[in-house]
Amino acid sequence: MSEVVENAVCTFCGCLCDDISVEIENNQIVRAKRVCANGRGVFQHYDPAPRSPTVHGQEVGWDEAVAEAAQILNESDSPLIYGLSSMASEAQRKSVKLADRLGAMIDTTSSVCHGPTGLAMQTVGEATCTLGEVRNRADLIVFWGCNPAVSHIRHVTRYSVTPRGRLTPKGRRDRTVVVVDVRATKSTRLADQFLQVAPGADFEVLTTLRALVAGKEDEITVDSVGGIPVTELRELAERMKTCRFGVAFMGMGLTQTRGRDLTVSELFTLVSELNDYTRFSVIPMRGHGNVAGADQVMTWQSGYPFAVSFSRGYPVYGPGEFTAVDVLARGEADAALILASDPVAHFPAAAARALQRIPTIVLDPMPSLTTAGAAVFLPTACYGIDATGTAYRMDGVPIRLRSVVSSVRPTDEEILDQLIEKVM
Amino acid sequence: MLRIRNGKVYDPINGIDGELKDIWIEDGKIVAAPESETERMGAETIDATGLVVMPGGVDIHSHVAGAKVNSGRKFRPEDHRDHFRTRTGLMRSGAGYTTPTAPVTGYLYAEMGYTTVMEAASAPLTARHTHEELEDIPILDKAAFITMGNNHFIMDAISRGEREKVRDYVAWLLGATKGYAIKIVNPGGVENWKWGRNVGEIDDEVIDFQVTPRQIVSTLSWVNDELELPHVPHIHTINLGKAGNARTTVDSIEMLEGRRAHFCHLQFLSYGGEPEGLPLSGAADVARAVNENPNVTADVGQVVFGPATTMTSDGPLEYYLRQLTGNKWLNDDVEGETGGGVVPIDYKKKHVFNAVQWLTGTELFMLIDDPWRVFLTTDHPNAGPFFRYPHVIKLLMDRDYRTEVFAGIHKKVRGSALLPELDREYSMYEIAIITRAGTARALGLEQKGHLGPGADADVTIYEDLADRETMFAHPAYVLKDGEVVVRNGKLVKERPGRTLYVAPEYDQRIEVELREHFESTYTISFDNYPVVPEYLPRGEVVPCR
Repeated sequence: MSEVVENAVCTFCGCLCDDISVEIENNQIVRAKRVCANGRGVFQHYDPAPRSPTVHGQEVGWDEAVAEAAQILNESDSPLIYGLSSMASEAQRKSVKLADRLGAMIDTTSSVCHGPTGLAMQTVGEATCTLGEVRNRADLIVFWGCNPAVSHIRHVTRYSVTPRGRLTPKGRRDRTVVVVDVRATKSTRLADQFLQVAPGADFEVLTTLRALVAGKEDEITVDSVGGIPVTELRELAERMKTCRFGVAFMGMGLTQTRGRDLTVSELFTLVSELNDYTRFSVIPMRGHGNVAGADQVMTWQSGYPFAVSFSRGYPVYGPGEFTAVDVLARGEADAALILASDPVAHFPAAAARALQRIPTIVLDPMPSLTTAGAAVFLPTACYGIDATGTAYRMDGVPIRLRSVVSSVRPTDEEILDQLIEKVM
Repeated sequence: MLRIRNGKVYDPINGIDGELKDIWIEDGKIVAAPESETERMGAETIDATGLVVMPGGVDIHSHVAGAKVNSGRKFRPEDHRDHFRTRTGLMRSGAGYTTPTAPVTGYLYAEMGYTTVMEAASAPLTARHTHEELEDIPILDKAAFITMGNNHFIMDAISRGEREKVRDYVAWLLGATKGYAIKIVNPGGVENWKWGRNVGEIDDEVIDFQVTPRQIVSTLSWVNDELELPHVPHIHTINLGKAGNARTTVDSIEMLEGRRAHFCHLQFLSYGGEPEGLPLSGAADVARAVNENPNVTADVGQVVFGPATTMTSDGPLEYYLRQLTGNKWLNDDVEGETGGGVVPIDYKKKHVFNAVQWLTGTELFMLIDDPWRVFLTTDHPNAGPFFRYPHVIKLLMDRDYRTEVFAGIHKKVRGSALLPELDREYSMYEIAIITRAGTARALGLEQKGHLGPGADADVTIYEDLADRETMFAHPAYVLKDGEVVVRNGKLVKERPGRTLYVAPEYDQRIEVELREHFESTYTISFDNYPVVPEYLPRGEVVPCR
């Protein structure tokens, strides 16, 4: 017997497309319709069958595994909790509560992707909007340092480039698309104007755009900036000032290159200033399905979006100090609870090695390099597949996740609740 | 059974003005005194001899949860660094002065003797977020108002003259968002801001919709009466923060033509002076309009000198504040529904505009005659944080103190002020009205704001101190649902609170059209839009009247 679940939500990326139709047979997913190439993997390779937790690689019962995890946390003087971005916000709420109870350091994957975006927002503010305003109003789209055609595939059809809306009845023909990147990509093919910026020169280009927008053309004494002719920048500045409703989408090409938060601040400042002429917004292209939710939950429970230490008994914010990579590389954590992420695969070598020297507890629906070396591996249910919950889209819109197959594994939230009960 | 013995009771809904009286509590409710002597003798007792007993405080307008509040928290780490609360036992740590974290928000309200709070503005689209945060605010009973003054579906239906459709949509929307009341913020102005514009008069046109602020407000106030919602339309009218806006505020009150409404943070909407010029207090004109229109209630949004964070769905206002202050600015336009923004601010006594704002609020308190129609708020955290209410109470009860603060504000503002002539001092009974009885009544919360049998046993007991600020800042006891949660101003027990919402009936045929509306304009499926009951594990429906 097959059945179909409509309006399921894909948690692959920050687009959180919520129109997926999933066909189920014998509690297994056989087909997912409307998913993109990235999202297909989320649905089609997931097996909701029960899986035993392990302690040092040996299969054990859930009670034993949770008891072992609690003991590791109780014996730790300086635990680190890391990850959070691929779990439901209900579980994120328990994660921060656990960190508070333990006096732990807690950090999310934001610190290695859009952490600098958060710092920029804290420095200069942020003029933003929801993706529906983009769909219905935006007549100028700028992709800066991001490649949605590969990383956020349906973004262009659902939200930013082709969809029809109230003031954009002709879809693509009602919009101008500009891509700024260090190289031609699949996304540059979408563009009416492609500006190839020299690697590391985004800040200079943004500053020049600010000057052009402010009418300080006379002060620009060079012919090109960051590899882009000033004439092309003048054209872009003019487009930006005269559009009806412009939106800049920015990605890790800005956050993880030279200048980081300073570069992002420059873009955010440019966008704010454009509102003196027209309406303009910026939306960060968040990666993981609920990384935006991790920012939200961390903020409403601790006051800060990432990089928090509770070791003094209250939340202290320290990007560069309490960010996981830095904590690990300095050898400051003596145990780690990794939540639905794979830092051993993704962190710089020094941090990844440090993680292998301390006992780790990992909650993850799938095995990974991080679970391979874990003291305790707790294979929980996957949010949006066999667990419900909430995820926050890249624009902060919270989406209710459907459970498309019935759950036989415990959820992250349930395991975290048990840990909260067991830690001192 | 619990007995609060021999307290000096202020319970204005039941007409009790400082009588020495016992209050009896059983199963979380206030009950009549038991008849049997043995039952009376067996009751656990709090000796309130010499103490003042009131219902728990009910805040009618505050910003404590949701997208805009949390953006304000996120972008102000400088607000939190020196203001933290340490974890104790099973209670949470947290941080933030003007934007405290969710658990700490619950603790601070409870420690001030407040047991119910209204989140004054949630975008429908992000109501799920609002409820997630409300659930993380312990102790208090809470509810959320849903912004509707710039909603495309509503404005389209109004322009076609289909007010019944607006009625069904509003009922559906309140149910779908698990909201409590209709909130109207800068009607039409937030939509126009999406074109870089605003509205300035109640008959200005909303771009692309052929409707006016007047039509939006009058339709929604008609809808509110039709649906018999417990609260009334909660209105933040046009031109907030602008010199000379007292005139359009009076227009807004009069355009209701007798329909009921609540005007929030009226201080920000009661300035005299010429547009673009220096504002003056316009409290006298606005207070006169309130006094003459018994269909209207208001809260003040009193400015408290010191740090604040302005946050509102009024997007163009926050842009204006960015221009005015040069401070960092957040803006968030929400698809087809509303918008919003955040700008930090620091209110200074010697700043002319800030001094006018302080004066305007204080004069409104003095000049609006009926305490049942003017309530204490600071529009937290817009005009100052909620935990400064005790300071405002002292200003109202103590004329000498008020004179002293007045003497410290900008000289230019003192010259033309009415305040020195106004010798009104609020009585304890009146304070009980403007902080709990009146707010509960205006919200239609029949089990709140009083101590008669059947009321929720939310009770605050104060020491009767001459310094009213200290008195109201540190209650001797606070009881929530009959349980002691605060003793000597300190939290002793954490427990979850409820979320209140309404579920008005509507003609379900509207859902066919709504589904089309979602497909053609939204970025979320119609079927995924409603807030499911899991978000309100302690949800409670408040019946329509």
